Amino acid sequence: MNGVHDMGGEQGMGPIQYEKDEPVFHAPWEGRVYAINRMLGAWRKWNLDASRHGVELLAPADYFRMSYYERWLARLIEMSIKSGLVTRAEVESGKPAPGSSKATPPITAVNVEAAAMIRASARRPDAVTPRFKMGQQVRARNMNPVGHTRLPRYVRARSGTIERDHGVFLFPDTNARFLGEKPQHVYSVRFSARELWGNEARPQDSVYLDLFDDYLEPA
Amino acid sequence: MDTTRRGFLASTVAAGGAAMTQNPVQAADEHAHDHQPLPSEPALRVKSLESLLVEKGLVDPAALDAVVDIYEHQVGPRNGARVVARAWVDPAYKARLLSDGRAALRELGYGGAQGEDTLVVENTPRVHNLVVCTLCSCYPWPLLGLPPAWYKSAPYRSRAVIDPRGVLHEFGLTLGDDVEVRVWDSTAELRYLVLPERPVGSEHLSEDALAALVTRDAMVGVAKVTLPQKGARL
Repeated sequence: MNGVHDMGGEQGMGPIQYEKDEPVFHAPWEGRVYAINRMLGAWRKWNLDASRHGVELLAPADYFRMSYYERWLARLIEMSIKSGLVTRAEVESGKPAPGSSKATPPITAVNVEAAAMIRASARRPDAVTPRFKMGQQVRARNMNPVGHTRLPRYVRARSGTIERDHGVFLFPDTNARFLGEKPQHVYSVRFSARELWGNEARPQDSVYLDLFDDYLEPA
Repeated sequence: MDTTRRGFLASTVAAGGAAMTQNPVQAADEHAHDHQPLPSEPALRVKSLESLLVEKGLVDPAALDAVVDIYEHQVGPRNGARVVARAWVDPAYKARLLSDGRAALRELGYGGAQGEDTLVVENTPRVHNLVVCTLCSCYPWPLLGLPPAWYKSAPYRSRAVIDPRGVLHEFGLTLGDDVEVRVWDSTAELRYLVLPERPVGSEHLSEDALAALVTRDAMVGVAKVTLPQKGARL
């Protein structure tokens, strides 16, 4: 979707706010939100792409108002309710509904170390024929899907070169909506800075994006 | 420039609760953290949510403690620094790292969540690489830990692709016209680590001493690796 999260090339966002010796989490609750996200994911009620889309669905003003982990918290609550893990009434009261059964977490202190470090890869073994080859000129499609996509607006309808074929991965656009994995090739595509931003950009500079077969057409 | 929006964003940053400064060079201790006597609203909501999830048997609180501990104490930029130092002292390892990052990282025991497919890109006197995720916050967790706030922020994500040289200048790094800048926008499940240039004058240093010089910022591509000031201890 064309949301505020897709901010490559936006201007007026202000200077970069650098914090020296920044802690991993600025407050204990941030660490809890991060950990709950990781551990609830093990129920496989959603996937990484659906989860990313969960943040994109925040109202634009909320997206900018919230800190990073506040966004994660909002997304976590909405996805937990939508997937049926909890009800809104339970979230509001902080208590399980009377008579509800107690589950057993798939990840506990015993197996958490391995579980935290390993996650199902998005790479797929499927033998899919690549539509493009190394060195080929391609154009990013001018498409504006209303769901999740990993094709940023700033490269749409721009031409680039296939620099590398990364192999076959599941397709986020369909996976985020639970419409199937649609495995396909992902390429490293080089766009010259001038193609993207005009003649004031340095001629030697470039931006590389990892783009799916379905995002590209021959130039 | 829309000043209303500026004000809005400034208050957004303040609301984020993090102590931050405008200039990395002056970042040290200018701003004290906001110590609040009462728990913040998200803290209360998270506490309530966690207690609900524990009571329902959906999460194990000890597993949550372990995840926090892993990312606060075990996984961080020291991992990436070890990889960089190895590549600097072992040309054969460096060649493997650049041609098949995944296999070479596995040799040192690195892989896993948000690092399943990592590509290492090499800085040279003529090429400078910079890593960003314009759409969210993709970052090579196993090698660098969780990303800093600036990496996930709108100013960095928006500008790294349209004005990388301006961004680098803000970090104190000014590149000449003889340098080619390559920006890597992490739009799929590939993750990127910058292999910085080995500093001149570091020939006598051991692999461990070299690793101690390598910073997170250098491996994202917003800084170079430098030798410590004369008189500083390695």
